[in-house]
Amino acid sequence: MDLTLKIWRQASAKAKGKFESYPISNISADCSFLEMIDILNEKLVRDNIDPVAFDHDCREGICGMCSLYVNGRPHGPDDDITTCQLHMRKFKNGDTITIEPWRAGPFPVIKDLIVDRNAFDKILQDGGFISANTGSAPDANAILIPNREAEQSMDAAACIGCGACVAACKNSSAMLFVSAKISHLALLPQGKAEAAIRAKAMVAKMDELGFGGCTNTGACEAECPKDISISNIARLNREFLCAVILE
Amino acid sequence: MGTLNSRSPEGHVSQQWTKFKSTCHLVNPANKRKLDIIVVGTGLAGASAAAALGEQGYNVKIFCYQDSPRRAHSIAAQGGINAAKNYQNDGDSVYRLFYDTIKGGDYRARESNVHRLAEVSNLIIDHSVATGVPFARDYGGLLDNRSFGGSQVSRTFYARGQTGQQLLLGAYNSLNRQIKNKTVEMFSRRDVLDIVIIDGKARGIIARNLVTGEIEKHFGHAVCLATGGYGNTYFLSTNAMGSNGSVAWQAYKKGAFFANPCFTQIHPTCIPVHGDYQSKLTLMSESLRNDGRIWVPKKIEDAKRLQKGEIKGSQIPEDDRDYYLERRYPAFGNLVPRDVASRAAKERCDAGFGVNNTGLAVFLDFSDAINRLGKATIEARYGNLFQMYEKIVDENPYETPMMIYPAVHYTMGGLWVDYHLMTTVPGLFALGEANFSDHGANRLGASALMQGLADGYFILPYTIGDFLSKEIGTKRMSTESPEFIEAEKKVSDRIQKLYAIKGNEPADYFHKKLGQVMWEYVGMGRTEESLKKAIELIPKIREEFWSNLKITGNPTEYNPELEKAGRVADFLELGELMARDALNRRESCGGHFREEMQTEDGEAKRDDENFAYVAAWEHKENAVPELHKEPLEYKEVKLVQRNYK
Ligand SMILES: Cc1cc2nc3c(=O)[nH]c(=O)nc-3n(C[C@H](O)[C@H](O)[C@H](O)COP(=O)(O)OP(=O)(O)OC[C@H]3O[C@@H](n4cnc5c(N)ncnc54)[C@H](O)[C@@H]3O)c2cc1C
Ligand code: SF4
Ligand code: FES
Repeated sequence: MDLTLKIWRQASAKAKGKFESYPISNISADCSFLEMIDILNEKLVRDNIDPVAFDHDCREGICGMCSLYVNGRPHGPDDDITTCQLHMRKFKNGDTITIEPWRAGPFPVIKDLIVDRNAFDKILQDGGFISANTGSAPDANAILIPNREAEQSMDAAACIGCGACVAACKNSSAMLFVSAKISHLALLPQGKAEAAIRAKAMVAKMDELGFGGCTNTGACEAECPKDISISNIARLNREFLCAVILE
Repeated sequence: MGTLNSRSPEGHVSQQWTKFKSTCHLVNPANKRKLDIIVVGTGLAGASAAAALGEQGYNVKIFCYQDSPRRAHSIAAQGGINAAKNYQNDGDSVYRLFYDTIKGGDYRARESNVHRLAEVSNLIIDHSVATGVPFARDYGGLLDNRSFGGSQVSRTFYARGQTGQQLLLGAYNSLNRQIKNKTVEMFSRRDVLDIVIIDGKARGIIARNLVTGEIEKHFGHAVCLATGGYGNTYFLSTNAMGSNGSVAWQAYKKGAFFANPCFTQIHPTCIPVHGDYQSKLTLMSESLRNDGRIWVPKKIEDAKRLQKGEIKGSQIPEDDRDYYLERRYPAFGNLVPRDVASRAAKERCDAGFGVNNTGLAVFLDFSDAINRLGKATIEARYGNLFQMYEKIVDENPYETPMMIYPAVHYTMGGLWVDYHLMTTVPGLFALGEANFSDHGANRLGASALMQGLADGYFILPYTIGDFLSKEIGTKRMSTESPEFIEAEKKVSDRIQKLYAIKGNEPADYFHKKLGQVMWEYVGMGRTEESLKKAIELIPKIREEFWSNLKITGNPTEYNPELEKAGRVADFLELGELMARDALNRRESCGGHFREEMQTEDGEAKRDDENFAYVAAWEHKENAVPELHKEPLEYKEVKLVQRNYK
């Protein structure tokens, strides 16, 4: 198929960005979206134009590195997938495709379509763990975790830290991401001891880094490639309230 | 040609690690604070090492090229992690895991290391659970297991199809805790480009800040490389786009020996190649072989019609299907080790029985399992893998059999390390997939995650102490010393040299060319002729690269083309060493299949008399590399021809 790509170009964090249009032809429907950008980039290099910078690594939907805002949706027009899993069969010949970076204050643009998501690491560094030193653990079966709880914890633990939830949210709230980590750990017996400290520390950091509040619009859940449920946000609120009351 | 000393402790294999731990030198807490350790890589091996070393009180600096340590390619491991817990009461033990790993590796791994790996395997599961890894559980709350290729017990722990992700997040959480405690400092978006050696010891690294282009110098009393495998030498593989062999390669050029570079694992269950724009291959976890049955048509006419798209697999009657693994290997059936399964698929496709339009695919069929267990059970076990398949191929695997074909997946070879995980350069350690140590000529499924975490959490923290105990008098060194300046200059010069080429083709063009040569001539079946051909062709591509490469932009900004060019330059050298090693090893073993060396029924034929050694290559400037041998002595396990029939 033949397409027109309208891509956000921005030389650096400080530079002013703008859209550029690039025609591209002969794209197979079986090609992935990022392979389509590879094809464009090879062409741009041959034409002496700086290739479009974008983040990606695993290309199988698990590392959370890819992060494109395609036709107004984080990770593009298909549900429950990351950009790297999007295939060109979702588009038709003659389409114009608009490609932008995540847009959120706490995720500044580094170049073109690449943003800095370091803020996510910082939130987790402030409490997203269980304090267990290497070598001190009891036998793994000494902690019984019923299948249901283990599965619920796993549902939340599936978050890949991509940031689509923040990009989708009009308030740039990180609540879905933070609540996924809080739920993953708080649902497990071994994570309960630190649950209160964890919730307070992570929420405080999230606010400090400039992520907005949650107004329950549900855009995050709708765009999350890993189907992280908004019910985690309710659990986070509960954990946080408990922590404050306990104080 | 010299021989290498593995520094394995004396005594019976089952006593060596205990003995080592109780007699190795220690560093007291006050001195640990004065010692700096550099860790390159934040995958299972690097993240767990940095966390454990930070907990012990060392100062750690850790590096990765991604934007966050959580994105290391360990994240993509699907199937599971082995341990000798024997929770299923099916006869497993440390000894059996040790034995299976040695046998699975076709008797080309070091006994002492492998036994230690099996010993610490149980601690990994305990620690991972303690740090919050949500492994699959049964209804009573106990841990569940599945089976994997190459073993007859159920010893694989898993977290849905995302075991690597969950284990990595566990290690990443522990790493974050140490970052908060200020024992570990994190440097993301850094491309590590060289190792600095001072007075014969590894003392630091040179890294390029990928965002600003700045060249940085970092000092450490010791340097640990956990940079993963070099499967991307083949261009197409199941590795991540950024996975590379560059750091290990620079270490090699600085004197670290490279061991068994030709031992590459071709994984049997990957989604077949579909076009020349393809950028990577996707693995379908081997755990699928627990319930899926592999087949091709019995009749060549059926295969032809499948290739032309005239019929679908589901239309071929049961009697006309050839379940070739069950036929050839009745004892292990679909669960034979990876190398055996991959070659069997190639054999059928080469004979014309492939089932897709390129003739390079076989079926992996779940219809029996769905009939037996119900769709819900299959969905619970493999739901996310099925979804992934459907997204890529646009076919529903609950209804039509999956199509799979082998692809490059893992590299057993890597930097040579001794029992201490130290390379031939003092103070330079290698762990995880980056070293060669535990899997011999073939790695069993679910054993890489085990090895990465064993090295990082439980082995390196002891063995590095033994080295550092002798360094407590070594003061922190300035990064303005002549050695650092020289290494920095070398890195900058190479970048300038790459820019100065000003040719016409982007880096990927050369990478694809190399990949074709590697797959064709150093792939699943290798011959003396094919390997010689590769050794002739690769230098030509290298020459073309150095005269016709084109990089846009400039080095002082974010520049992925520059990053790629550096990696491809290294792959172009590493690929040649792989071919040389394969040519030297005139035997078939594990993933290394020399077509000249096979048994009457087409199985790999080892030559223990002449090749029971680790081939460790030493770099020689402007000359062919020199081979050193570490003889493999089997005191515990008897060498026999592997038999999965
Ligand atoms: C798709 C897939 C599925 C798998 N499934 C399983 C499984 O089910 N069970 C199993 O046991 N094994 C599995 N494996 C194998 C296993 O995942 C890997 O061998 C293992 O995770 C490697 O871990 P590592 O820590 O050595 O390296 P990696 O996780 O690859 O990490 C490498 C690190 O090095 C850093 N790095 C590399 N180069 C540079 C550089 N130049 N500068 C700075 N940093 C650098 C990277 O940023 C990264 O942090 C699978 C592998 C793949 C590809
Ligand atoms: S919650 Fe979903 S959208 Fe947000 S970071 Fe996690 S996976 Fe991405
Ligand atoms: S590139 Fe890893 S999730 Fe898309």
